[in-house]
Amino acid sequence: MKRYIAKRLAMLIIVLIGVSMITFVLVRMAPGDPAVNLAGQHANEQVLESIREKYHLNDPLYTQYVIWAKMVLQGDLGTSIASHDSVFSEIMDRLPMTLELSIFSMTIAIAVGVLAGIVSAVRQYSKLDYSVMFGALFGVSMPVFWLGIMMIYIFSIKLGLTPVQGRIETGIYINKITGMYILDSILTLNWPAFASSVRHLILPSLALATIPMATIARMTRSSMLEVLRQDYIRTERAKGLSERAVIYKHAIKNALIPVVTVIGMNIGVLMGGAVLTETIFTLPGLGKYIYEAIMAYDYPVVQGFTLFFATAFVLINLATDILYAYIDPRIRYD
Amino acid sequence: MEQRKRKTRLQETVHQFRKNKTGMFGVGLLAFIVLLSLSAPILAPHDPYDASLDRRLLPGIWSDESPDGFFLLGTDSQGRDLFSRILYGGRTTLGIGFVALGIALAIGISLGLTAGYFGGYVDDIIMRFVDIMFAFPALLLALVIAGTLGRGIDKAMIAIGITYSPQMVRVVRSGVLMIKEMEYIESQEAIGSSHFRILFRHIMPNSLAPIIVYGTLMLATAILDAAALGFLGVGAQVPSPEWGLTLSASRQYLLTGAWWAATFPGVAILISVISLNLVGDGLRDALDPRLKGGAKL
Repeated sequence: MKRYIAKRLAMLIIVLIGVSMITFVLVRMAPGDPAVNLAGQHANEQVLESIREKYHLNDPLYTQYVIWAKMVLQGDLGTSIASHDSVFSEIMDRLPMTLELSIFSMTIAIAVGVLAGIVSAVRQYSKLDYSVMFGALFGVSMPVFWLGIMMIYIFSIKLGLTPVQGRIETGIYINKITGMYILDSILTLNWPAFASSVRHLILPSLALATIPMATIARMTRSSMLEVLRQDYIRTERAKGLSERAVIYKHAIKNALIPVVTVIGMNIGVLMGGAVLTETIFTLPGLGKYIYEAIMAYDYPVVQGFTLFFATAFVLINLATDILYAYIDPRIRYD
Repeated sequence: MEQRKRKTRLQETVHQFRKNKTGMFGVGLLAFIVLLSLSAPILAPHDPYDASLDRRLLPGIWSDESPDGFFLLGTDSQGRDLFSRILYGGRTTLGIGFVALGIALAIGISLGLTAGYFGGYVDDIIMRFVDIMFAFPALLLALVIAGTLGRGIDKAMIAIGITYSPQMVRVVRSGVLMIKEMEYIESQEAIGSSHFRILFRHIMPNSLAPIIVYGTLMLATAILDAAALGFLGVGAQVPSPEWGLTLSASRQYLLTGAWWAATFPGVAILISVISLNLVGDGLRDALDPRLKGGAKL
């Protein structure tokens, strides 16, 4: 296990170097003068010159990369053209919002997906099974942006049940501790803020949860079916254990192991979905941030964000893999 | 000993697939959608670009207010016939998906074959590169590439194609690895066949089945991403009838009660993707019945 982790960490370094190179090249590949791309269309000659000097734009590409990489390692991801703020601090400002949305969505997706998958497998070929699988087919095929818009139309515009956009009603005061409004309102026992932020987050979370929910349900079902066919389950049944005990005490535990990987894989789906969801529901998170940066050709933000996010994504995947190896000792580490 | 004619893995998969009712339904649905899009010039009752502000946001035939001009699904905010736009839009949205898949296949097959067949450090280099590409979530990478290259249908195709190729490399490579160890390949090597001949006459045809299965499933998500890029404004540009773009342009009119303009393009996307997933799931079950019920790659 230790060797496995060491090996994965060594590979992590290679991947991260590769990621940084791709991110670096991607922005240098953009049409136009890189100095203008990094400083903005309206920058004057003096600013351009200082940018050229800071990033050594007159030097060969590899020198530029090394200099840029050094700055990145010191936490300097560049400066946003639009706001003149540090990209790193802007990311940190928006991270809690997206984290909150992702955690909320993933909780819904895992709870509903796992439950639906188990029920579906236990009652294979029943009407319930068919409806779950039918629903899951819709889920994996769903254009998230369309679903979000339809939800707004039905629940917010027609029925008036939920707010159309934003994180919290104006006028409700919230004491920011973590930046995650639901958590903050619980910590400060601020129930009006809690109710309001949950009401704001419910539709975006549901929209974002759709695809992961469907893939988790499918995976849980097939993995559960696999486990139920195993010899040890037959033995339990032969021993006269009730079907309930067989399923809840023995089958579920093993069936959920592969689901961990699916959950890990869905983190990426979640991030792509966050761009769409945050744009539709006007939530000030990372998804909306990168989208606006792309639309405004704010290259330093695009570059800094891509690097930051890919790094986070690689680390999360590594964590899932290690977790997976830990809970399923049958996995061979090489 | 064996009397039955030996089937290739692909023929076996197709044979199994034809027994799958939902899969065959998916094929029918997909054929229907593709046919509708291809015959848009014949079927469309109106010019999809013909705008006129005095017939903007007219409801379709479900409403009493629907005009005589025959606008089946109503008109959009520019007064263009929504049904005609959806027919034409299918060509764009599905087209982006198909071309993107083509790019992913070209990169995936060439790199996957090379990595799997030659192994060693060639394999190491290619697979490390694939690992690196996997560090970027698909839609996000497509968005960043499209945002960097510029906007437009061609950029969206390239962006999605690049984004999906690492997955394809893995599929192709694992197919090659399975076949490479078989005796008939060894015998080909023994009689001195060229690498080229072994690769394209023997390995490639026999690793086609998983490529088709995962290609179909990939096409489903590629179309979702094509529409998403159009929706976000980095894919197809105005006045293209691309589904995602049409949807996004009609969004703001939901508040006025004109629900149809934003609803139907989404329905079109949903149905297309469902048909592809039905086909893909059916093919995958046929290829490997153990995976029945759908564990995605």
